Amino acid sequence: MSARIKTRQGPLARKEAWEGRLYILPWVLGFLIFTVGPMIASVYFSFTKYSVLSGAKWLGLTNYTRLFTDDRLFGLSLYNTFYFVILSVPLNLFVAFLIALLLSVQVRGINLYRTLYYLPVITPAVASALTWGMLFSGDFGLVNAVLRALGLPTFNWLFDPQITKLIFVIMGLWGVGGSVIIFLAGLQNVPRVLYEAASIDGANLWHRFLHITVPMMTPLIFFNLVLGIIGTFQVFTGAYIITAGGPANSTLFYVLYLYNNAFKFFKMGYASALAWVLFVIILIFTIIQLRMARLWVFYEAER
Amino acid sequence: MTQTTSADVKLRKASDDSLLVTGHRAQASGMMGGVAHAALYLFLSAICLLLLFPSLWMISTSLKEPQQIFAYPPQLIPRPTVWWNYVEAMQKFPFFLYLRNTLIVTGLATFGTVLAASLVAFGFARRRFPERNFLFGVLLSTMMLPSIVTLIPTFVLFTKLGWVNTFLPLTVPSFFGGGAFYVFLLRQFYLTLPYDYDEAAYIDGASSLRVWWEIILPFSKAPLAAITVFTVLAHWNDFMGPLLYMNKPQMRTLALGLQFFRDQYVTQWNYLMAGSTLTLIPVLLLFFAAQRYFMEGILLTGLSGR
Repeated sequence: MSARIKTRQGPLARKEAWEGRLYILPWVLGFLIFTVGPMIASVYFSFTKYSVLSGAKWLGLTNYTRLFTDDRLFGLSLYNTFYFVILSVPLNLFVAFLIALLLSVQVRGINLYRTLYYLPVITPAVASALTWGMLFSGDFGLVNAVLRALGLPTFNWLFDPQITKLIFVIMGLWGVGGSVIIFLAGLQNVPRVLYEAASIDGANLWHRFLHITVPMMTPLIFFNLVLGIIGTFQVFTGAYIITAGGPANSTLFYVLYLYNNAFKFFKMGYASALAWVLFVIILIFTIIQLRMARLWVFYEAER
Repeated sequence: MTQTTSADVKLRKASDDSLLVTGHRAQASGMMGGVAHAALYLFLSAICLLLLFPSLWMISTSLKEPQQIFAYPPQLIPRPTVWWNYVEAMQKFPFFLYLRNTLIVTGLATFGTVLAASLVAFGFARRRFPERNFLFGVLLSTMMLPSIVTLIPTFVLFTKLGWVNTFLPLTVPSFFGGGAFYVFLLRQFYLTLPYDYDEAAYIDGASSLRVWWEIILPFSKAPLAAITVFTVLAHWNDFMGPLLYMNKPQMRTLALGLQFFRDQYVTQWNYLMAGSTLTLIPVLLLFFAAQRYFMEGILLTGLSGR
């Protein structure tokens, strides 16, 4: 394709090329102004002491050495975040895939179910955070009432540092519809002839699932996994509203800690260093996944 | 003109196929009897109830008297039904002012996103230029960039520009590309459209802008609707943006206003839930109105992972 483009000459091709560049110009500008520029500035800030009001003062590596040697909350917020990511991402992926499979069966009224399953995703984050805060209330919350009615032990959900993180895992599961819809789109696009051919060859439902559905879906599983990890590492709103990081910093997730540093204590330089550490962590995760993808993600032959 | 209709039919047929016909349908009719059907419905309904219950509880609480909220065992049906909670909530927090702000932010940002994303996607899908594949690769890789890295310098930039407490920080960026994911979705869809019309229009001397406006856009209603819904939701529900840039009370959006409302009425759950329900209703209406296009749009955008 690219070889062909290089050999294409003449005024028409040149005009088309310039038009193409013009159409994508908004994105190119946005990429430079809102991505590349800020990223460079962010590296610089991370080596300084900076609070918007005063100018930036060069500190060298001080922010980073302090992070790794003299900041208990950095380690703790990192631990909280990993805890959440490791529990939440695989669980969400699994449940989303399962629900998508159920919703992909063509029966009457299935579209209503598809819509209803998506409703939690459209609920404004603040409204859902307030609602879940109420549901998990220790004394009058519905969750404990149900547990009690079933004869199960109840918990002081919002005040027991051992279990507060589970609130956010459950909230995450509640919003699983976002991934479901992407899986659903993929399931709809699996060519029907593959199933028919397999049926003729005598493959049963399970075999067709294992040898057709799963391989055809691996690119989307990969897509949801990569973006799921990136998004989950940056969890913020729920924790800010429901627990504000407490109790005993058990829900002080990384971005919440970063936000506190930048916008509560105005330590913009230190917060920038925090941002870069998270960036590197996420980058490592992404690179590992891209490498691993070759082993398990199935791509159709290039069209 | 006959050519037009035949291609039109083909396109519509393709969309019907991808919506209605799947391997699973074939499986369903062949493999599943009445019992399996009933089990499926039962299971789907059970999960559905579980997923909807928090929202139901939110609405139910918004109509309760305070005593009933703290009653044990908890009761779903409000008795009596206190509609007055909504009147109180609307007085206690300036709902219509916040609604207006939210509408301005959401409207402008959505317009910018849809416009920019469809133009950029058009460039990537329908115009050939040497740097195209490389730049599209860059665009895709930005999807994997955690937004937190650019947060602080962007905040500094907007502060220096004097944009704090204006609608600009929450709307202007949308006009620059509109977000990699949306460009990606639209490009995938544009690639599937037949080239016949484009060629015919170019031979008739049409400009590419006109091809975009009169041929590509009319065919793309479903994916554009999907992107519109995604963008509206993202901006309507955005919390961190307004939290950073809207310090003045009269500039707050519904999401941010609700959070401040909570700080004042910590345990008055009837009012808080009335406020929460009020922020949900507009997006709920939009979602149900656009629901068909939305689902169709997502299923059509070539999200088959190629």
